[in-house]
Amino acid sequence: MPPERLTDEQLPDAERVLATLAQRMAPAVAHDAAFVGIYSGGAWIAERLAAMIPGAHPVGFIDVAFYRDDYNRSGLKPNARRTELSFDVEGATIVLVDDVLYTGRSVRAAINELFDFGRPSRVELAVLVDRGGRELPIEPTYTGVRVEVARDRSIVLARSSEGVLSLDVERS
Amino acid sequence: MRNRNPQLNADGELTHLLTLEGLPAPIITQILDTADPFVSIGEREVKKVPLLRGKAIFNLFFENSTRTRTTFEIAAKRLSADVINLNINASSTSKGETLLDTVDNLVAMNADMFVVRHSQSGAPHLIAAHLDATRNTHVHVVNAGDGRHAHPSQGLLDLYTIRHFKRDFRNLSVAIVGDLLHSRVARSLVHGLTTLGTPDVRAIAPATLLPTQLQSLGVRPFLDMREGLRGVDVVVMLRLQSERMKGALLPSPGEFFKHYGLTEEKLALAKPDAIVMHPGPMNRGVEIDSAVADGARSVILPQVTFGIAVRMAVMSIIAGN
Repeated sequence: MPPERLTDEQLPDAERVLATLAQRMAPAVAHDAAFVGIYSGGAWIAERLAAMIPGAHPVGFIDVAFYRDDYNRSGLKPNARRTELSFDVEGATIVLVDDVLYTGRSVRAAINELFDFGRPSRVELAVLVDRGGRELPIEPTYTGVRVEVARDRSIVLARSSEGVLSLDVERS
Repeated sequence: MRNRNPQLNADGELTHLLTLEGLPAPIITQILDTADPFVSIGEREVKKVPLLRGKAIFNLFFENSTRTRTTFEIAAKRLSADVINLNINASSTSKGETLLDTVDNLVAMNADMFVVRHSQSGAPHLIAAHLDATRNTHVHVVNAGDGRHAHPSQGLLDLYTIRHFKRDFRNLSVAIVGDLLHSRVARSLVHGLTTLGTPDVRAIAPATLLPTQLQSLGVRPFLDMREGLRGVDVVVMLRLQSERMKGALLPSPGEFFKHYGLTEEKLALAKPDAIVMHPGPMNRGVEIDSAVADGARSVILPQVTFGIAVRMAVMSIIAGN
């Protein structure tokens, strides 16, 4: 599947992409896999996926602020939230969930943080959007859509007050 | 540059924590917000995050303190920093080395942060100014209590505790009781409460322990504890420092307890959901009755837990700026 080339006017509909992602995951994901969303976009998606995909999926949230690799360059990110993993990580099957996969650095940080809670038996990665540009050897297990945008743009997931997801491209 | 707040860098970010006086409200709020996820680190099996890995933090305690030094040490270790405790009384200064020579030597050992307690007001400011003048702006200073001046990390943990239990400062009545004259804890808390918009801050103490300058900060003085406690949301008890008893400031511990000790009977005048705080170490039966200290409204032990998280927040914010 070739990546979709995007301009500001041609963004895929986030809800449609989410439905595709859920469809791809449903036959493959363990029925008891925990979905752990990386704040903030990944957290919204993890909650939605848990409701859409058959099985009993505990939901957790990770804020990687304390595990980022750019602390010595740019300091502590404000508005850090609590990481909340209400299930036992030891021996669990975990699907890390993020909105946009780019360099892979957030996923690296999230995996490091997970292992401070225990030794999962398996960790998978689900992303709504894969925009390429990896700087680490990290690949998603499940992908909603692959897109290409210029390096100076960010893809941002937003959630309306009614809970509807949408994608925007912003100048970074 | 000369008029710049010495705690802030050229970008207006916190680079030292010296006092809560003049610290902008958004920075105080940022520290309190950041402390919240650090509280949950303390509840984990692995109570550690890698933020300050490889950083060298020197505890420079020129004045005795076990508790504050220990909480800073725990906070630094939970951030994965290396902590070096210097018992200054027993080392260089007793051989005649000046404060700033000690600092220069530790900077030459690649120190990243100093946590400083000193009996002289202004000592942490002096170190911060010296680091700035010697272009060692990558080295940070935290004031862990200087003379009668300030104890900002204690003030911040008090603010965190109040916000945790009461949510919003803008409709609170807070009474601070005891030796306000010698208390850097009280001074820091008053500045923080005022900056965050607390409408009613009261000081309850005998006239000899009630500094007059507090009124210029909008604090209402009360000599009668019962009158001062009426309707408050928060009661902050201060430690009666036994060394102060020697002067003519106070009659006797028993007499002090009778008038200014917090008992269930006096606490009944505060709001039914009022919380009771104390910076520790407490003198049971001098400023606080055991029934209150161990009672349902006491949040003295949560203060200790929050204190570690607040210090983690301070250290990780300033070391990153």
